[in-house]
Amino acid sequence: MGIIVTKDTRVIVQGMTGRAGTFYTDQAMRYAPSYVGGVRPGRGGTKHLGLPVFHSVAEAREATGADASFVTVPAPNAADAMIEAIEAGIETIVCVTERVPQHDMARVKRALAGRDTVLIGPNSQGILTPEQCKIGVMPTVDARPGGIGIASRSASLTSEILANCSAANLGQSTTVGVGGDTIHGIGFVDCLTRFRDDPDTEAVILIGEIGGREEEKAADYLSGLDYGKPVIGLVAGRHAPAGRRMGHAGTLSVFGLETAEQKQSRLRAAGVLIARDAADVVRTALKALQ
Amino acid sequence: MLLSEYKSKELLAQYGVAVPEGRIASSAEEAEAACARIDTRKFVVKAQIAAGGRGLAGGVKFAATPSSVREEAARMLGTTLVTEQTGPAGEVVNAVYVEAALDLKGQYFIAFALDPDSGFPMLLASSEGGVAFEQRARMDADTVSTLVLTPDADLTAFLGPLGIASEVAEQMIRAACDAFTENEMTLLEINPFAETRDGAWIAIDAKIALDANAGFRHPEFASIAAEQKLSQPEEEAQKSNINFVPLAGDVGVVVNGAGLGLATNDMLVDAGGTPANFMDIRTTATSFDIARGVEILLGQPGVKAILVNVHGGGMTACDTVAEGIAFAYSRAKGAKLPVIARLAGQNAAWGLNILRDRKVPVEVFDEMRGAVARVVDLAGEAR
Repeated sequence: MGIIVTKDTRVIVQGMTGRAGTFYTDQAMRYAPSYVGGVRPGRGGTKHLGLPVFHSVAEAREATGADASFVTVPAPNAADAMIEAIEAGIETIVCVTERVPQHDMARVKRALAGRDTVLIGPNSQGILTPEQCKIGVMPTVDARPGGIGIASRSASLTSEILANCSAANLGQSTTVGVGGDTIHGIGFVDCLTRFRDDPDTEAVILIGEIGGREEEKAADYLSGLDYGKPVIGLVAGRHAPAGRRMGHAGTLSVFGLETAEQKQSRLRAAGVLIARDAADVVRTALKALQ
Repeated sequence: MLLSEYKSKELLAQYGVAVPEGRIASSAEEAEAACARIDTRKFVVKAQIAAGGRGLAGGVKFAATPSSVREEAARMLGTTLVTEQTGPAGEVVNAVYVEAALDLKGQYFIAFALDPDSGFPMLLASSEGGVAFEQRARMDADTVSTLVLTPDADLTAFLGPLGIASEVAEQMIRAACDAFTENEMTLLEINPFAETRDGAWIAIDAKIALDANAGFRHPEFASIAAEQKLSQPEEEAQKSNINFVPLAGDVGVVVNGAGLGLATNDMLVDAGGTPANFMDIRTTATSFDIARGVEILLGQPGVKAILVNVHGGGMTACDTVAEGIAFAYSRAKGAKLPVIARLAGQNAAWGLNILRDRKVPVEVFDEMRGAVARVVDLAGEAR
């Protein structure tokens, strides 16, 4: 079954007719037949990649019954695209766009208040339930269906660890990229909650890194209950110099300032099995599942 | 992007936040002359660099007379300040800010950031302000109180218990919040926000981070971006869609993705190696961009070997990275720096063929750990 997206998910693409949108929609459609249409203001009524194009998300939803949207709109308009999808009642919104301004994301968060919408991203590789549905830009060659749920802040590390999992015969229930930006949609806690309820998920891998508060929140959540499934954690950036920005957003001086070691020990205290490094994650998972 | 102190204060002053009288100076003589135009009995000389931690690194000095202002300025200008936030290379002091030093009664910490959960601005405040505040707050997060500024948030009730029970101070804090929002800051820190012995409220120091990603609707950000004083390799790399941070070690690393970059450096340090850099090839980088990134490493003295750790994804495939590496080696004719490569994921075999066919001095490993161990040995032998 997996979480959030399944073989029954019906996806529209906002920004489908753009260069990136065309490329990634084409790849995602080849992976799974979830795609039912696209949105491009001014191009409604045409077809692209064999799918109908609509003027607005509301129109597309009405005509196709879509419950998910893949947002590949360039950064200056990405927030408006997400808000349009939220207001049109789309249940799952996945935004892969990089470099969305923070104050724009703040607007998106305010638009999400009081709604059940699941937002994934931005600056995320997306979500993948192997052999059922792919909304995102991740590679799928190494993905296999199975019992490992992955929630990650890093696209590159997810690819790495997913490939290691599959090589060790550990398929995946769903992989979620929560995104590398400070202000983003769902986080580790949301993913953990859903993986716990998912009968297909046997163990969860959390791929964290320095900066932000995802690991701390996950530790708080896990220490309050008997999770019932093994949780394996990796926190990258143990040897990154303090106070400097390393690619992803992170190190503000007054919050999200815990070191990788501090994040690790919080997670460990909450029962998470901490992998020594990226190459140690699968071994740790195999041991936990024995 | 960080704004220098004097620009931060200029901006805040436009919104009605009081700041001390001051002048920018790029020579010791200018600094001395500036004193005549500042109405005060004593002065403070502050090195202007775009990084925090300055006070602890000797970049803030008090001076009683214009001639001691000149001496302090002469001592600072042209030197390199290494603070917690500049990295080992430090930052050269090209200008100092000469300011009225005030007698303070109370010092407070004020900062704004966006609340990642609600999307509203969030006010962080503490009744303890000053130079060492950050260190103290790091030890004990409870020194900071937080108020999410929803439309119905009660600012007066929040500030009172902290000792900021003044209408003037509250107005300045509201003005600072407007400056934060309208200029799309990711962080605004006023530390200390102080009450003088005369009962006035004033921003003694200010640090502003602007969101470079919002530059498309802020043409004024362009000149600020140009002043970021990135090291030359960083700036080169930025132009080529690569996030690059120079570090002090001797193993150059070529990695795609921030997370994998961090994880690679972790493994390298654990194995006894020292990375010469952090690299994150952005998904938009072409093989020409990647070639520039590799050339930076080839040109960096002290680099003994290059570790390539790439997991080809839907966006950056291994052949793109391999093309970039091969291109850099063919342009730098006769480059002998050994490459230890671990390529996995999308088009890995194709990428390895490119490296071998184009005569890059490469040794190939299947696993991250093996590649890391080998590159640590190589760098050790070359030392």
